[in-house]
Amino acid sequence: MTNLMQHRLFLPLLALALILLANLVLSPEFFHLEVKDGRVYGSLVDVLNRSAPCALLAIGMSLVIATGGIDLSVGAIVAITGAVCANLLNSSFDTLPLVILAALAVGLAAGMVNGSLVSIFGIQPIVATLVLMVAGRGIAQLINSGQIATFQNDTFASIGIGSLLGLPAPVVIAAVVFLLVQFAMRFTALGLFIEASGCNPRASHYLGLNVRVIKFLVYCVSGLCAAIAGMVITADIQGADANNAGLWLELDAILAVVLGGAALSGGRFSLPLTMIGVLIIQAMSTTIIMSGIEPKYNLIIKSLVILVVLLLQSPSFRQQLRGLSGARNSLGGKA
Amino acid sequence: MSAQNAVLQLTGVCKRFKGVIAVNNVDLDLRAGEIHALLGENGAGKSTLIKVITGVYTPDGGRIEIDGAAICPKSTLDAQKHGISTVYQEVNLLPNLSVAHNLYLGREPRRFGCIQWKKLQRDARALLQRFSLDIDVNELLSSYSIAVQQLIAIARAVDCAAKVVILDEPTASLDSREVGLLFQILRTLRDQGTAILIVTHFLDQVYALTDRLTVMRNGEKVGTFVTAELPREALVSHMLGKELQAMEASRASQHTDSVDPAALQLRELSSSNGIRNINFSAQRGDAIGLAGLLGSGRSEVCAALFGLDSVTEGEIRLGEAPYKPRSPAQAIAQGFALCPEDRKTDGIVHPLSVRENMIIAHQAQRGWWRPLRRSEQNKLVADATQRLKIVCSDPEKPIGELSGGNQQKVILARWLMTHPQILILDEPTRGIDIGAHAEILQLIRKLCAEGMTLIVASSEIEELVAFSNKILVMRDKRLSTTIAGQDISENAVLAAIAEPD
Amino acid sequence: MNRRTLPVTVTGILFVLLLIAGAVQFTGFASPRVILNLFTDNAFLAIIALGMTFVILSGGIDLSVGSVLAFSSVLCASLIQVHGWHPLQAFPVVLLAGACFGAAMGIFIHVYKLQPFIVTLAGMFFARGLATVISEQSIPIEHSFIDAINNFGFALPGRGWIGSATLILIAVFIFGTWLAHFTRLGGYIYALGGNANSAALLGVPVGLTTISIYTLSSTLAALSGIVYSCYTASGYALTGIGLELDAIAAVVIGGTLISGGYGYVLGTLLGVLTMGLIQTWISFHGSLSSWWTKIFIGSLVLMFMIFQRWISQGLTGRRHGPDRIN
Ligand SMILES: Nc1ncnc2c1ncn2[C@@H]1O[C@H](COP(=O)(O)OP(=O)(O)OP(=O)(O)O)[C@@H](O)[C@H]1O
Ligand SMILES: [Mg+2]
Repeated sequence: MTNLMQHRLFLPLLALALILLANLVLSPEFFHLEVKDGRVYGSLVDVLNRSAPCALLAIGMSLVIATGGIDLSVGAIVAITGAVCANLLNSSFDTLPLVILAALAVGLAAGMVNGSLVSIFGIQPIVATLVLMVAGRGIAQLINSGQIATFQNDTFASIGIGSLLGLPAPVVIAAVVFLLVQFAMRFTALGLFIEASGCNPRASHYLGLNVRVIKFLVYCVSGLCAAIAGMVITADIQGADANNAGLWLELDAILAVVLGGAALSGGRFSLPLTMIGVLIIQAMSTTIIMSGIEPKYNLIIKSLVILVVLLLQSPSFRQQLRGLSGARNSLGGKA
Repeated sequence: MSAQNAVLQLTGVCKRFKGVIAVNNVDLDLRAGEIHALLGENGAGKSTLIKVITGVYTPDGGRIEIDGAAICPKSTLDAQKHGISTVYQEVNLLPNLSVAHNLYLGREPRRFGCIQWKKLQRDARALLQRFSLDIDVNELLSSYSIAVQQLIAIARAVDCAAKVVILDEPTASLDSREVGLLFQILRTLRDQGTAILIVTHFLDQVYALTDRLTVMRNGEKVGTFVTAELPREALVSHMLGKELQAMEASRASQHTDSVDPAALQLRELSSSNGIRNINFSAQRGDAIGLAGLLGSGRSEVCAALFGLDSVTEGEIRLGEAPYKPRSPAQAIAQGFALCPEDRKTDGIVHPLSVRENMIIAHQAQRGWWRPLRRSEQNKLVADATQRLKIVCSDPEKPIGELSGGNQQKVILARWLMTHPQILILDEPTRGIDIGAHAEILQLIRKLCAEGMTLIVASSEIEELVAFSNKILVMRDKRLSTTIAGQDISENAVLAAIAEPD
Repeated sequence: MNRRTLPVTVTGILFVLLLIAGAVQFTGFASPRVILNLFTDNAFLAIIALGMTFVILSGGIDLSVGSVLAFSSVLCASLIQVHGWHPLQAFPVVLLAGACFGAAMGIFIHVYKLQPFIVTLAGMFFARGLATVISEQSIPIEHSFIDAINNFGFALPGRGWIGSATLILIAVFIFGTWLAHFTRLGGYIYALGGNANSAALLGVPVGLTTISIYTLSSTLAALSGIVYSCYTASGYALTGIGLELDAIAAVVIGGTLISGGYGYVLGTLLGVLTMGLIQTWISFHGSLSSWWTKIFIGSLVLMFMIFQRWISQGLTGRRHGPDRIN
């Protein structure tokens, strides 16, 4: 029992369970799943489906944060890839592989820009990526000529609204990316190297690790993940809105990584925990919508839930709680 | 003497960490006007005891009294208010503040709500003068070597000193000259009635300086003794719990006059970090000692060999081939390894576990695509832990939770796993207890016998003399003298260091 | 040249160069009026950025400032307009609310060892949420005292004008410089940024310092909200979105290290002015579409940062190892 409670997955999972439970109370239908035309429907699937873009961003973000960096530009990269996809689909180059390749190339290029700013030019990550965060939306608008670009292409749209193995395509895509990256991190030494260069870049350099290259690469991965998320979002709404696509999604991604217990100063990271963080955020939004509270209270509730989840993870808070319940127990014992 | 004049009195102090009892039921009394040594092996619990006294950790049991009144310090600040000033084992100053500010942080002279910077700088200069440290007090702390930083930390503690001064291995990175100065200052302080508690692994220093000593072993107190009445052998067996085998003074195998091309050869080497015109050569199996005062360029030679500084002039040859490392990665690929001087910033990778810290250099050498299997890792780690006698309850715990000396051994283990041809050790025995010290010297000899070339920079001349077959004496970033073979003796090295050009 | 002051100096030099470049290109670019307008138009950003400087110097970050600005401006407007308070009654209450908000964040950060980024992110949502709850619509302020504040000022030769916003900014700047470089608290803040662990071992009151830092930052954000609501004569819950990022950018452009410990208050002021100058330069260009403006700002900031790194590196000589990476 205590072993279970000490497992690092325990608290995040508990928080997620509590939020899902709240959903169940608010709507008894919540856990209801239904199979129609070989596809599973239900609120839970919706939560998964809506978490997919954030999950994709959070995967890249975990790696960046593990090296002690941060990538604010992912939302803007989503917007750029969206604009590129939509415009390609409206042009004569509308074959699916080409569009996907172009989107990935855009993401990779953006990641390389961030990566070289951070590791070659030595600019601090938060500003280096802020530049692309600001300019990136401009670039997306430029590609879209200031309009919202829509398109008609069922094959591409299926990336966002199709289904695979009975699950929505975005969920499957996110799961595949997650497994790929997780495999690369834990079945090779990459994870260890990334963590080391985040914990102590100087000592890592002395160890013969190429810290610069590692930092460069994580931004590239983050850019690629953002490009995939961008495709999913664009395909989902069948259009690219340069102003609003992926807006503030980077904050959700960072939040998810931190809810998963990572330190923003770099070091240890865990992709499974990050995924739980993403689900917590999405499940919470669903709860707020389902509860029928006036939308103006949304932000306040969101911030309070975040605070509670964070507090639950804080050792000193748990000690206080234990102290409190201990005191009550001993009082009870005396009485 | 009665316990009445005890300034600091500990009774039954305990401190537990997850799975380790670091300090178990320790009593100690520290009297005004005495210098008291706290001794014990690596991981005996000395630093932990000090941190309990000074409010860094809260004790799990026991009483701490100052002048007979029980205190329970919640922070270092609290302890300072009770008159306890401390220098911790790792230099704990602020790299981003000036030297002067570091000395007076939190007690800056003020007038009209403004800090008087001019006065502060004057005071700082005067204070450092006492340690004959003539440096620019306006420079950032980080621009000075670890040894100078150590002196600055000591100066700060001594200057704050009210009733009790606690020094945790203050001499670990100091030269004999600085040590002498420090002792003089401590004696003056003692004569003024301050109580001083000092941790050290150098028995000579214990006998030269202290009045009484307390020995700890495995977190428990073995006893308190009057230094002058305790023979050295008895002290050692109290610390280790057994006798130490006499150290035979054999040298590394001496085949300096071999006909092979030298394994490593430096010709007129100058580097971007200031060393000039260094010449020497080493055969396989040689142990080369680098001696010299602080800042004489010992560490810089190591850094140049390891690709940390760029070579500006001259050349290095490995056997027949020229060698020009641009990064540690290249140096490692050529069979080099370096245990850096500053283990906190350049050595340990903190929140990572002991296991990861040990295998990571080996893993980096293999490349990311060939991970060591977990079972292999565990085996390597278990071997190294045993070979170097590392005290560590669980290899999965963060390395920062090991005692200082054990961290040093982990770093050594890390590099031994890479099977280097040329192993560079910068201050390898800093903070290592006498038992382990002897073992490391033995290990060095064994490695040499196996054909590894060793380059050891150290401020401990005795240790250099014990194993080197060639000693290079550095001065002002140049090579001043080379002493080889039968000429090596402590006096010869000392003379070479002291001799004017 | 001193290694510590170098980035600030470089920012200063680049600012002057930018000014000269603008003056060569456009007539009237370097006039006193344009320069003083830099102060007036950016006063609210500068006040926030000065607060942010202390947070970043201590190794933290405060993402809530934009929302706190919105919250204070709405609170201010609603107290004056809806509840009929005199501005002189409303201002202290708004400042106090800001201070309490910051203190609460500081307590969470220190007592529960939570990461500043996330606590202040939650604070950002919370403050914005509070502002929305007070009023979802923009509240216009009509009060003779506010008009008086807006009209107060000194004329300078060359059609320059120093208004109350500029005066407040100057006062905050002087206060900030004093705090950073002439008080113990200032030393503690730098110490925290250098190494929080060592600072605690040296006897720095870490808790008190942390709480003061976030209190200061939020109070200044509230002050900035007051300045903003006077300047625009309104309070609106959706103002200042993304302002925290501008403030962070200004601080970093001013040569402060985001990881804490190194930097100057003066640098931040120069950073804000540089960003303002880039905006002015774009507006002198006239007919730029909104997306070109964004791209331009981004690339200019980028070029500026690269230049700054480059010059600093050139002057100090590269040091081995990636000790300054990130
Ligand atoms: N923060 C910590 N968490 C867990 N265990 C710790 C922590 N600090 C110390 N220990 C453990 O407590 C024991 C005593 O450590 P301590 O640092 O006091 O040894 P020491 O006598 O100072 O040794 P050295 O001579 O090597 O400095 C060690 O086994 C160490 O692993
Ligand atoms: Mg110790």
